[in-house]
Amino acid sequence: MRTAAEQAPPNSRPRAGTPATQSQAHDVVLQVKDLAVDIRTHRGTIRAVNSVAFEARAGETLALLGESGCGKSMTAKALAGIMDPVCDLADGQIVLNGTDLAALSPKERLKFAGPELGIVFQDALTALNPVYTVGTQLGEAFRIHRGLNAKQARLEAIDLMKRVGIPEPESRVNSYPHQFSGGMRQRILIAMAVALNPRLLIADEPTTALDVTVQAQIMQLLRTLREEGQMAVILITHDLAVVAEEADSVAVMYAGNVVESGPVAEVFADPRHPYTKGLLESVPVHLERGAHLKSIPGSPPELHDIPAGCVYQSRCPLVQDICRAERPALRPAGRRRTADPAGTNVLEADDGGMGTTPADRTISAEGRPVRTAACHFSEEITNG
Amino acid sequence: MLIYLRKRIVSSALPLVVVIVGVFALARMTGNPASLYLPLNATQQMRDDFTARNGLDQPLLVQMADYFGGVLRLDFGQSLRTGQDAAAMALRAFPATLQLAATTMVLAVLLALVVGCWAALKPNGVADRISSFISMAAASIPDFWLAIVGIWVFAITLGWLPTSGVSGASAWVLPIATLLLRPFGVLVQIVRGSMVSALSEPYIKLARSRGAGDLRVVTHHALRNAAAPALTVAGDLTVGLVNGAVVVETIFGWPGIGKLMIDSILQRDFAVLQAAVLLTAVAIFALNILIDMGYALLDARVRPVTVKA
Repeated sequence: MRTAAEQAPPNSRPRAGTPATQSQAHDVVLQVKDLAVDIRTHRGTIRAVNSVAFEARAGETLALLGESGCGKSMTAKALAGIMDPVCDLADGQIVLNGTDLAALSPKERLKFAGPELGIVFQDALTALNPVYTVGTQLGEAFRIHRGLNAKQARLEAIDLMKRVGIPEPESRVNSYPHQFSGGMRQRILIAMAVALNPRLLIADEPTTALDVTVQAQIMQLLRTLREEGQMAVILITHDLAVVAEEADSVAVMYAGNVVESGPVAEVFADPRHPYTKGLLESVPVHLERGAHLKSIPGSPPELHDIPAGCVYQSRCPLVQDICRAERPALRPAGRRRTADPAGTNVLEADDGGMGTTPADRTISAEGRPVRTAACHFSEEITNG
Repeated sequence: MLIYLRKRIVSSALPLVVVIVGVFALARMTGNPASLYLPLNATQQMRDDFTARNGLDQPLLVQMADYFGGVLRLDFGQSLRTGQDAAAMALRAFPATLQLAATTMVLAVLLALVVGCWAALKPNGVADRISSFISMAAASIPDFWLAIVGIWVFAITLGWLPTSGVSGASAWVLPIATLLLRPFGVLVQIVRGSMVSALSEPYIKLARSRGAGDLRVVTHHALRNAAAPALTVAGDLTVGLVNGAVVVETIFGWPGIGKLMIDSILQRDFAVLQAAVLLTAVAIFALNILIDMGYALLDARVRPVTVKA
């Protein structure tokens, strides 16, 4: 039951930057604008996610990249409508297939949870209810949204388990989560998320808790399902290698803000934000044994203590007075070295002024994602 | 399951023996029943006769051995007071206590589940604060005080309810209300606490992401996970009711096992006391086995592993 996508080696699939994805065949499924999430604490309200904007396209993977606490999981929970009780959606639009989820009441939103949007968590053991069989949990979406009875839902659960490659689904459907291995649990979680063929799948660090070989299998499974259902996938990760391998476009987050976004190949080849550059430089390449590993000095600011200007100012090697005074908006940042004509097209299109807010300008005239960066000096970053 | 049950019953035997020895020894420390059952001017001869007739002149160890021999033959001795079979008296009093305890606990658990879940849905919300205040008060009010105030207000001043006895449904109201309050208060806090932590688990978020609403999340996903601590405490409280409704049974003249125990202690009616304690102990062991089976029903992870061929 292996599909063509599974048999093909990972590198042979269409990648961002190749003509296949540039042919704008992929519709925008999700458009996030000005997303802001506040956390209520004893010390007052803090903003954990601030004016985040990105879009996800059918059949493509968008990676949300950032270190722990940068707000990427918070963003995912805000999209899925499952924020912690102390969090509030302070601002923004979450437009999924033309419906702004942020404007819906919690009750109306439940109708979208499952059929339109699925989410996969990092730790499959805690994400599965320990006291119910996996069959019950897999079938629940069908019972809630399609009104199936327990018996029909169980058959659907078996089908799902087959789809995600769990052996002997007919007997395993009655097993409990603790009776599965970590990889199998993650497969079950993924099966649950794609049960009703949603348009958007959010995968929040789906492989972080798994060992490397299982990681590869899970990523492969996600890829296969993405192709089969033409889902838009938002992949949340802190793993640069996973982003390079899996994603078509990337949004780099820092301290609750998107600091840079664009097609993965372009962003990684030519970062336009000092944070992205620092991240990429901290990947060890061809290092001698005993040589110092590069890292970004310092640590991200505390959320209740984010400075007035640029969020990255305390760690930035290029910091100037303006960075401390004024927060740079997420602006289009084209490639300086215009190696291919597509890059210049993007720049020209954006220079023409696509919209009034920065969020609007994340989409180019051709309908493919453009490069954006939130840095006063993004044109001056050298990549040597 | 049967193997498990047999194991549990066998392992309960030793604690039961310890209970009997303890009660046997403690009861005899209260003194010789002769001084209670014979007239004040009884001669030493009459006292000795009474003591010998009831085997109380034997060394304590011999008395105990005799008693154990009797227990093995299911002979628990006769009441000094009435001459009736002690076991029969205990068994006759037990249903009244069980009915009272069961009704109270069922009501307490149901009420506590509703209030506790309601409070847990929004921690520190209005509902949570109200229920926290009510449950704290309910758990702290002493039952004897409540019983007396209840009798004074509802039975004497208002005349709505009888002061004591078991005549009709209205007689159940005050004893149950008195007994109910503490378990209710304690259970609300337990349910609320375990529901709050269950509701913050990732699997609840995931259930919401499948489209499960508040009610479904509480009843289908969180409740079963939150039930184990509540079951433990409810079991404990039931044990307290089964053997410890002594005060309330005495105040309301409820002919249950608690009242029987108090009466037999006051009368130094050793055989009846021992039978009553033994019966209560057996009931408590049975209850504990039921509770453990309840855990296994709730959660597959604590079920004894059954190996399938």
